[in-house]
Amino acid sequence: MSARHETLLWVAQRASAALLALCVVVHLATMIYAIQGGLTAAEILGRTRGNPGWLAFYSLFVAAIAVHAPIGLRPVLGEWLRWRGMSREVFLVALALALAVLGMRAVLGMFG
Amino acid sequence: MTKLQVRVWRGGADGSFQPFEVPRQASQSVLDAVTYIQRVLDPTLAYRFACRVGMCGSCAMTVNGVARWTCRTHVDKVARDGRLEIAPLRSLPVVRDLVTDMREFFDKWSRAKGVFRGARSRRDAFARVAPRSAQRLSVEAGIECIGCAVCYASCDVVAQNPAYLGPAALNRAWTLLNDVRDVTQAERLRAVAGDAGCHACHSQMGCTERCPKGIAPTASIAGLKRAAAKALLAGAL
Ligand code: SF4
Ligand code: SF4
Ligand code: FES
Repeated sequence: MSARHETLLWVAQRASAALLALCVVVHLATMIYAIQGGLTAAEILGRTRGNPGWLAFYSLFVAAIAVHAPIGLRPVLGEWLRWRGMSREVFLVALALALAVLGMRAVLGMFG
Repeated sequence: MTKLQVRVWRGGADGSFQPFEVPRQASQSVLDAVTYIQRVLDPTLAYRFACRVGMCGSCAMTVNGVARWTCRTHVDKVARDGRLEIAPLRSLPVVRDLVTDMREFFDKWSRAKGVFRGARSRRDAFARVAPRSAQRLSVEAGIECIGCAVCYASCDVVAQNPAYLGPAALNRAWTLLNDVRDVTQAERLRAVAGDAGCHACHSQMGCTERCPKGIAPTASIAGLKRAAAKALLAGAL
């Protein structure tokens, strides 16, 4: 792969990591705050349904994961399984799409 | 006189360790022990050294599992219960005994564009480089490399991905990238930012931990990553 491609992946990895750091903190803090005094699924859905703020936040979270996880897995596949070349890239794009689809399914379920 | 029990690698990649007994001496270096074996016990032992004072970078070996420059490594510091195990450097093909084939190591320096190319001729005036400028200080931090390959043998990414340019070649590229007189920077960045280049480094600092010259190739490689990202965002990669 070219220098451009590798560097683009590196920048994407750093940018998504920064987003994830923020998202995870907000996610955990909200959970800890919301769960005080016990909580049911119905209560959670009552707060998230139809709330565009949470929809936007968790969509961003999913996007960051879909970018970050496959790029992180890439060198693991290369170094441990000696899997490099085009087939690896195709697999990782498929993984990114799967993460995005599954993640967005959950997000939309929480919103709608 | 106390004796050192020294096990030395003999043969090629499929060789094995051979035990020797070497008299212990004050201020003895690991290279002294190897030289004693070659001079007194077995003249067929193959190993490399030249300067004996930590300048030439030719005497590196794996001593009790750790890559070290043997001429400046005291037996006192590394022997465990009076025992030494001496092997060739990791990640390089073994020629024989303690001698490795270092071609690939140095070929990677040229693949990383580790050669200076200026634009001035001897008729031009000297370039003026401020000694305390940030770029000059970056050069300073990495320039004393002696090419011993201790970092290279200590790097797990090199071990896993034989194409990886490795800490020494990338450190060299970083010192040149900070040389304001050099005119091949775009080419150099493209050469070091590919899939066997700086982005493959895990930043775990095995190289930095082991470099006998106190150089931090990890920091140089991080510099290359940032420089490549900047060039990419500026549309210059
Ligand atoms: S910091 Fe990078 S170059 Fe140094 S040993 Fe680790 S992976 Fe290799
Ligand atoms: S960076 Fe250090 S360990 Fe690596 S080749 Fe140069 S002097 Fe040796
Ligand atoms: S013999 Fe020259 S560095 Fe050790």
